[in-house]
Amino acid sequence: MAAASFTAAKFLAPVAARSGGERAPPLPAGASSSSFARTLRRGGAHHPRLRTAFAVSSDLLAGNKAAQAAATHPAVTREEALELYEDMVLGRVFEDMCAQMYYRGKMFGFVHLYNGQEAVSTGFIKLLNQADCVVSTYRDHVHALSKGVPARSVMAELFGKATGCCRGQGGSMHMFSAPHNLLGGFAFIGEGIPVATGAAFAAKYRHEVLKESSPDGLDVTMAFFGDGTCNNGQFFECLNMAQLWKLPIVFVVENNLWAIGMSHLRATSDPEIWKKGPSFGMPGVHVDGMDVLKVREVAKEAIERARRGEGPTLVECETYRFRGHSLADPDELRKPDEKTHYAARDPITALKKYIIEQNLATESELKSIEKKIDDVVEEAVEFADASPHPPRSQLLENVFADPKGFGIGPDGTYRCEDPKFTQGTAQV
Amino acid sequence: MAAAASSALHAVGAVASAKPRSAAPAVARRRSVRVAAAAKGGPGSSGRGRMVARSAVAAKADEAAAAAGSKSGGHELLLFEALREALIEEMNLDPTVCVIGEDVGHYGGSYKVTKGLAEMFGDLRVLDTPIAENSFTGMGVGAAMKGLRPVVEGMNMGFLLLAYNQISNNCGMLHYTSGGQFKIPIVIRGPGGVGRQLGAEHSQRLESYFQSIPGLQMVACSTPYNAKGLMKAAIRSENPVVLFEHVLLYNLKEKIPDEEYICCLEEAEMVRPGEHVTILTYSRMRYHVMQAAKTLVNKGYDPEVIDIRSLKPFDLHTIGNSIKKTHRVLIVEECMRTGGIGASLRSAIIDNFWDYLDAPIMCLSSQDVPTPYASTLEDATVVQPAQIVAAVEQICQ
Repeated sequence: MAAASFTAAKFLAPVAARSGGERAPPLPAGASSSSFARTLRRGGAHHPRLRTAFAVSSDLLAGNKAAQAAATHPAVTREEALELYEDMVLGRVFEDMCAQMYYRGKMFGFVHLYNGQEAVSTGFIKLLNQADCVVSTYRDHVHALSKGVPARSVMAELFGKATGCCRGQGGSMHMFSAPHNLLGGFAFIGEGIPVATGAAFAAKYRHEVLKESSPDGLDVTMAFFGDGTCNNGQFFECLNMAQLWKLPIVFVVENNLWAIGMSHLRATSDPEIWKKGPSFGMPGVHVDGMDVLKVREVAKEAIERARRGEGPTLVECETYRFRGHSLADPDELRKPDEKTHYAARDPITALKKYIIEQNLATESELKSIEKKIDDVVEEAVEFADASPHPPRSQLLENVFADPKGFGIGPDGTYRCEDPKFTQGTAQV
Repeated sequence: MAAAASSALHAVGAVASAKPRSAAPAVARRRSVRVAAAAKGGPGSSGRGRMVARSAVAAKADEAAAAAGSKSGGHELLLFEALREALIEEMNLDPTVCVIGEDVGHYGGSYKVTKGLAEMFGDLRVLDTPIAENSFTGMGVGAAMKGLRPVVEGMNMGFLLLAYNQISNNCGMLHYTSGGQFKIPIVIRGPGGVGRQLGAEHSQRLESYFQSIPGLQMVACSTPYNAKGLMKAAIRSENPVVLFEHVLLYNLKEKIPDEEYICCLEEAEMVRPGEHVTILTYSRMRYHVMQAAKTLVNKGYDPEVIDIRSLKPFDLHTIGNSIKKTHRVLIVEECMRTGGIGASLRSAIIDNFWDYLDAPIMCLSSQDVPTPYASTLEDATVVQPAQIVAAVEQICQ
């Protein structure tokens, strides 16, 4: 499809009608993960140069009756559906609470909320093992939650408290959790991608050089970033290296159409980001990022592919943020009809509808999940509020992993041995 | 804070940069050598010039003795070979040590520091990267977060300006922002400094750019002995370390011990003990200073020359002890004047040793100009021995 014909109107068109010529036929609901591979093979037969290029569009939740009718069984089990639902609700409720706390003066700085994009975080991260890594951006709270970082640790971090997941030293845009292999929120555009590539390199290295074998295959790294990042050099550099060395990584583009106030269509010569995968020899997939089941299906294939050592995948999730870029963004440029269009496609509402239609759970069961999450988030706020501020003694503690980095003082001892360093009152 | 552990290390005078995982056999020796050299240059007798000349020779002889002090007599090699030897030893000791950079593998490195390593350790441990400095440096950070100890080579250190974000935001800050959860034991190294008519971009003085990054240590090597010892220490450090090598020093020859040794990352090196003035220098300027020292000795001066080696943090003990003895300080550096190492060093000396100073601190830096191509102008950009002589004469008036 020529870039010129790819207009804003296209983005506003119903998802099922959006894909281009390489698009696979509508997938029946409940289509197994192998559809991804099947599409790959089929594409290979007809378009050798585009053998890894294909798009997956959503039919499952978009009201495609034919596809739904073709389903013989739901795409997810009841347990899976409830897990996804719970995680998405957690993301939403948590972020709404952040907005409240921000306006109440409990947290400061730049706070970027994830509302609307939950299907991406949940769809990918809930498939990961503990040892798999997540590298995020400044919009990282919900990635942390999906990866299992307790809501109270994230909230306490946002409150700048000592009990936060980074002891109050990171803040909204720098969430880390070593036990969960959350390798961080990276606040500058694109800088997380090389770090993620390095983590994937380390996984390959552990396997091939250190001969550490895992029955599951390689540990996989997810690099999350937005449409704006895809015009940054690090994106291209790392796509190249990851494919060159067949690293176990999935590049997940959360295309929410806006880089603060820069429309994706004003910034990008060819707005179909997924097409850049095949340019580097890796599969590029376009998926409806408002459809958690479709995201999950694509994610499953991409993650398994990485785990098997077959290399990276580029996945473009078309999604939308329901709030401004950050809580400081007046959000004046996005048109009301665009917002309305995506609001009607709320991924949580859609999943809820699907769960009930498929008789996976009852409305009251979902209500009780919502109640449970409300309690979790309430508790997180209470915990964060009651937690202590970091003491002064914390100031100099993590500047160097080895505090000898502060050097040798005039008396010949290491400066870090001075009590003022442990008290945090030394001048450095 | 691991202050207690570090204090134990330092208390025995061992090389404190040794990581717990590995003993540091030959390090204590190095320190005692230093002390011995200092003692030798101690209070002079009659005939200042003669005395100084002798101690200059003695200091030099000492180094050779230190090198040859090993049972097997040591071995002679060039500075780039010493760096290579350090890499090979550390890679043999620790399988998580790997090399990442442009042409480090099959090509053997632009200055042959990694020559033959790819054959010895394989393409994954000696990773030839595409030309993508910020991305492969960031990869080094990610790999370090996941337990590797990457040595990232800037083919020319100036190229690492392209990786400035990764060096600053990720290498320097990430341990802190993560609340101490992730360590970045990475070494960033490469050929830098003003070479011979390489033009402005390849003749960078980068220390000033990197020195204010929190969480980063910086060392500069100047001899085959300290090049090897500092490289090993940098690899073993839990902190991100930038190791500055100088393009014009790669072919320096020296005899170094056959036994394993490492140098202390945070310690300065006494090059020539003296009484009249403390000259603080590092990297290539060490040799301009030593050239000047010969003239100064002939003129009757007895300068103490210290290679500060650790550009961040400064070894205030060695520096301070010298100032307490000489009461006069000259800083000689190749770094930029504005915001350079010399500027920081001068302020650290004023803060800590003001009362011991009998003269204003002088600082000879290179000029704040893009390094010119023409040799006459290039020479005028960096400090020359004659300027050093003149500065000492002025300070000691």
